[in-house]
Amino acid sequence: MMKPKPLLAIEDLTKAYPGVVANNRVSFEIEPGEVHALLGENGAGKSTLVKMIYGLVRPDAGRMTLKGEPFEPHEPRAARAAGVAMVFQHFSLFEALNVAENIALGMENAPPQRQLAARITEVSETYGLPLDPDRLVGDLSAGERQRVEIIRCLLQDPQLLIMDEPTSVLTPQEVEILFQTLRKLSAEGTSILYISHKLEEIRALCETATILRGGKVVATCDPRDVSARSLAEMMVGQTLMQPSRARREMGPVRLRIKDLTLAPANPFGTRLKNISLSVQAGEILGIGGVAGNGQDELLSVLSGEVHTKKGAVELNGKPIGDLGPNERRALGLLAAPEERLGHAAAPDMSLTENALLTGWVRKRLSRRGFLNWGKARAFAEEVIADFDVRTPGPANAARALSGGNLQKFVIGREILQAPDVLVVNQPTWGVDASAAAAIRQALLDLAASGAAVICISQDLDELMEISDNFAALNGGNLTPPRPAKGLSVDEIGLMMGGAHDMEAAHVEP
Amino acid sequence: MIRLEKRPSPSRFWTMLTPVLAVVLTMIAGGLMFAILGKPPVEAIRTIFWDPLFGEFAYYFAPQLLVKAGPLILIAIGLSLGFRAGIWNIGAEGQYIIGALVGGGVGLAVYPSDSPFLFPLMVIAGGLGGFAWAMIPALLRTAFRTNEILVSLLLVYVAENIMASMALGLMRNPDGAGFPGSRNFKDYPAAFNDELVTGVGMHWGVLAAFIAVIFAYILLQRHMLGFQIKLTGQSPRAAVFGGVRPARLVIFCLGISGMLAGLAGLFEVTGPSGQITTDFNQGYGFTAIIVAFLGRLHPVGILLAGLLMALTYIGGDAAQLNLGLPSSAIQAFQGMLLFFLLGVDILSNFRIRFRKREVV
Amino acid sequence: MDLSAINWLLLLASLMVASTPILLAALGELVVEKAGVLNLGVEGMMITGAICGFAIAVETQSPVMGFFAAALGGAVLSLIFGILTQVLLSNQVATGLALTLFGLGLSSLLGQGYIGIKPPLTAKLHIPYLSDIPYLGQILFRHDPLVYFSLILVLVVWLVLKFTRAGLVLRAVGENHDAAHALGFKVVRIRLAAIAFGGACAGLGGAYLSLIRVPQWTEGMTAGAGWIALAIVVFASWKPGRVILGAYLFGGVTVLQLNLQAAGLAIPVEYLSMSPYLITILVLVIMSADRSRAALNAPGCLGRSFHASS
Repeated sequence: MMKPKPLLAIEDLTKAYPGVVANNRVSFEIEPGEVHALLGENGAGKSTLVKMIYGLVRPDAGRMTLKGEPFEPHEPRAARAAGVAMVFQHFSLFEALNVAENIALGMENAPPQRQLAARITEVSETYGLPLDPDRLVGDLSAGERQRVEIIRCLLQDPQLLIMDEPTSVLTPQEVEILFQTLRKLSAEGTSILYISHKLEEIRALCETATILRGGKVVATCDPRDVSARSLAEMMVGQTLMQPSRARREMGPVRLRIKDLTLAPANPFGTRLKNISLSVQAGEILGIGGVAGNGQDELLSVLSGEVHTKKGAVELNGKPIGDLGPNERRALGLLAAPEERLGHAAAPDMSLTENALLTGWVRKRLSRRGFLNWGKARAFAEEVIADFDVRTPGPANAARALSGGNLQKFVIGREILQAPDVLVVNQPTWGVDASAAAAIRQALLDLAASGAAVICISQDLDELMEISDNFAALNGGNLTPPRPAKGLSVDEIGLMMGGAHDMEAAHVEP
Repeated sequence: MIRLEKRPSPSRFWTMLTPVLAVVLTMIAGGLMFAILGKPPVEAIRTIFWDPLFGEFAYYFAPQLLVKAGPLILIAIGLSLGFRAGIWNIGAEGQYIIGALVGGGVGLAVYPSDSPFLFPLMVIAGGLGGFAWAMIPALLRTAFRTNEILVSLLLVYVAENIMASMALGLMRNPDGAGFPGSRNFKDYPAAFNDELVTGVGMHWGVLAAFIAVIFAYILLQRHMLGFQIKLTGQSPRAAVFGGVRPARLVIFCLGISGMLAGLAGLFEVTGPSGQITTDFNQGYGFTAIIVAFLGRLHPVGILLAGLLMALTYIGGDAAQLNLGLPSSAIQAFQGMLLFFLLGVDILSNFRIRFRKREVV
Repeated sequence: MDLSAINWLLLLASLMVASTPILLAALGELVVEKAGVLNLGVEGMMITGAICGFAIAVETQSPVMGFFAAALGGAVLSLIFGILTQVLLSNQVATGLALTLFGLGLSSLLGQGYIGIKPPLTAKLHIPYLSDIPYLGQILFRHDPLVYFSLILVLVVWLVLKFTRAGLVLRAVGENHDAAHALGFKVVRIRLAAIAFGGACAGLGGAYLSLIRVPQWTEGMTAGAGWIALAIVVFASWKPGRVILGAYLFGGVTVLQLNLQAAGLAIPVEYLSMSPYLITILVLVIMSADRSRAALNAPGCLGRSFHASS
């Protein structure tokens, strides 16, 4: 029997940026109705590849064919007209506009608002994605925002649906429902290009996987036939070192939050509701939850960027709720926020200046307000050496570093200040696997040396790997912590809020 | 096809060179403008940039250089601190007026006095006057998040009206036969800001400007506060994480710039200008914005930019005298300079690549 | 003080005329800011429009030509700002200031030969029946066409922003330029168009000052009107309808203080002259004090540079 014609064929696609070849002669094919995984580490070239398919970036060389016809989208509009739709990981919704307006913006021939609203309701019921067309997107949860994106795509009857890391904003239960929706679409003949680095998901959902490493296709396989471990090795190109946990003794309570309630600083922020937690010396407390459920707010309460009632936060038994970041640093409470560029570090400043940013109190980098640049540079060099930060030197600007290297710098900068308590948010987000492993190991070592660590993360595997206790944020509430050992995926999902109000797609029997 | 490509780190080379490039481009475009006005372009440019320093009447013009540069530098140094932190005080003109009125008013109130403490007291009062006027936008921003750009600018018009009111009313010279304007400080030795060395234009205000340059240099290069100012401008969230209190910084930056503008006004009104009139201000507060940017918000750069801008002022006067070039041409010329500077600035943060549109 | 010396009918009749320049400029700036661009050069564009309009009207003896020239002059000047900020990615605050400084210099340069000249008169409309209504007719229906044009323009801008796809795209670009780019909208082009529209409106507003309201050319005649227009955009919370309210409020204060000056009020003239600026500041404070509202209505990307990194 002859093979059916592929929906999309990609041949020798190449795209180079200054200093890096993002895609090097990439070729693969997507069959009609196929769920095709594009697997690779951060920086492997997945984003560049899908941007070329979606018309946001033009390839330097190579060919694409859609349904046997040459396919050269020079802008997203052309790609959409050809039947390609994309659900973005970031940057494609407008918070101050309502759901219907957001959807209209992504459509070529948007019907009048009233008709559109009716169609939104119709499609959302068919695929089990409840959504109110009149709500402001800024008021929606991360999962609901994703539904907006998916419905925007579905309204155009796409033949190829590209999904970029769609599950990073969902609870395990929501992931299961999303997969049912995708399987229904696939059964109806829509092809899906599914981008992820989560191996178990790909094994559960996809029929074919193309694995990218360093901009090249290193393998194509059926992920259901291959073990997660060998997929990981193909993706990373080496055997990964498993973080090692030393057995540790828990010491006295280092940090405690008592009945903290806090209104958000901006209109689309999350209200923290009645949060209590405590963490002991030597403990790693993992805090999970879907993005936008109060993670940023919790971090800023702990770092001192937002003040609370004096007694709401206690460090080593001392109330510190009204102290600023530097006063807390002096007492031993350090933090590393999620956003590396622009929050944890100033993008245009040198690594020396960024070392100074949080290090000047504990490392005594200034005297009576006058800076000791020599000492600051030495501290930056120490971080670079101890945490294997790849950079020409401390005079380089922070934004010149890759995500993984900058994250190692940020975490290293805090750890080398020997904190009593360290709070990190998304310590390995967007970081390549080897850097992520190094950072997790560093957090484990820090706890082993007697510090208390709070790790806020959306990566459940990471939290299970390093935490002693696990709690979850959901709508600004924090669940009581439970020992991480022995928690099942279902239990974790329920702590994170379960499926919220989603329901499964109505799959016809 | 031209493409812009962000540099990993700002280019030091271009950061130094862009102001020079901007000046050259402005000379070319300015020459064109003069040609359109029917003036010989090369001669006009020479009259503005060369003759005041090296021409026949240099002995007359050269001292004017420091007289004009002094207030420009003094104000621009203050403004540059705020601009670096993303705090936009564009009402220096108003702070300049109020500083002059308050400081000058102290002198006029005790007329006639020959106390040696009078002038220092007037200097302090002038600085405080400018400081207080700048506190209005500062406190409104910290308390109500009111946009300081608009408030500081609108207050210029308020200050101008107060100035007119003072010159016509409270501070009018009682022996002035009913003419508007205060007593002339030139006839009031204890309150007069005289030249420190005769014939070079150096007065207390110019000295204050040089001190401000050194002070700002040390602040920005060596002090935590300077670091926090730069940090806030580049990355406000990182600054808060680093322990900066934004409200305090707003008050500091607006306060310092208001104080320096007030001092500049006091030194000017008691010296070169000599009298509180209905329009003794000369737009230094606005031109200083150009000086601050032309000097790339760097103290040493501002020193040089202030001298250059002073040169265009006196060169403009010379061109008006010799060629009949309208004085407003210089104003347009200065605005053009800022445009070119902002335009070529891109070279320090981006690489420009020319390449053919490839066949896909 | 003798308040009866004020002719309240004339005062109300001049209100619309006094408000129109600021209404036009503020409306243009509103569209610019909705697209995510902060152009602080309104004052410079207004005064350039004032002299362009004045000069062309004098040369052609046609006020209509004058207004066209003013809109064109304002738009051309605004495109300098547009190219600098959108293509060369310069800081919007600094570039806007440069535009104002340059516009003030350029206008007085262009206006050298026009000081003390009378411009051709713009005819006032006489609308059958409406203009003849006692009192109300004089207050509302006996003005020049530009007054009504400006009100219609507010309506059009409101309709376009709220109900058309073009308006939706414009708001989207101002709200989140990265997302708009990802969806394939031409952020830079859309913003340039908005900037040019803002420049044309400011130019018209300036020409209204020099051709109708004053009517003559004097250097620096806008006297901060452009800055007040900027403040009115904030006051209006970026809503076209409320721009009318803001502009007419300001126009009312201006007219009232002028009449009080004429009536010989015991307050010195200078203090009356500064009152519009003080009231504008007061209004700004009241608007910005309400945290949640100010943050919700301001376009998300206001004042931020956009560079497509991909």
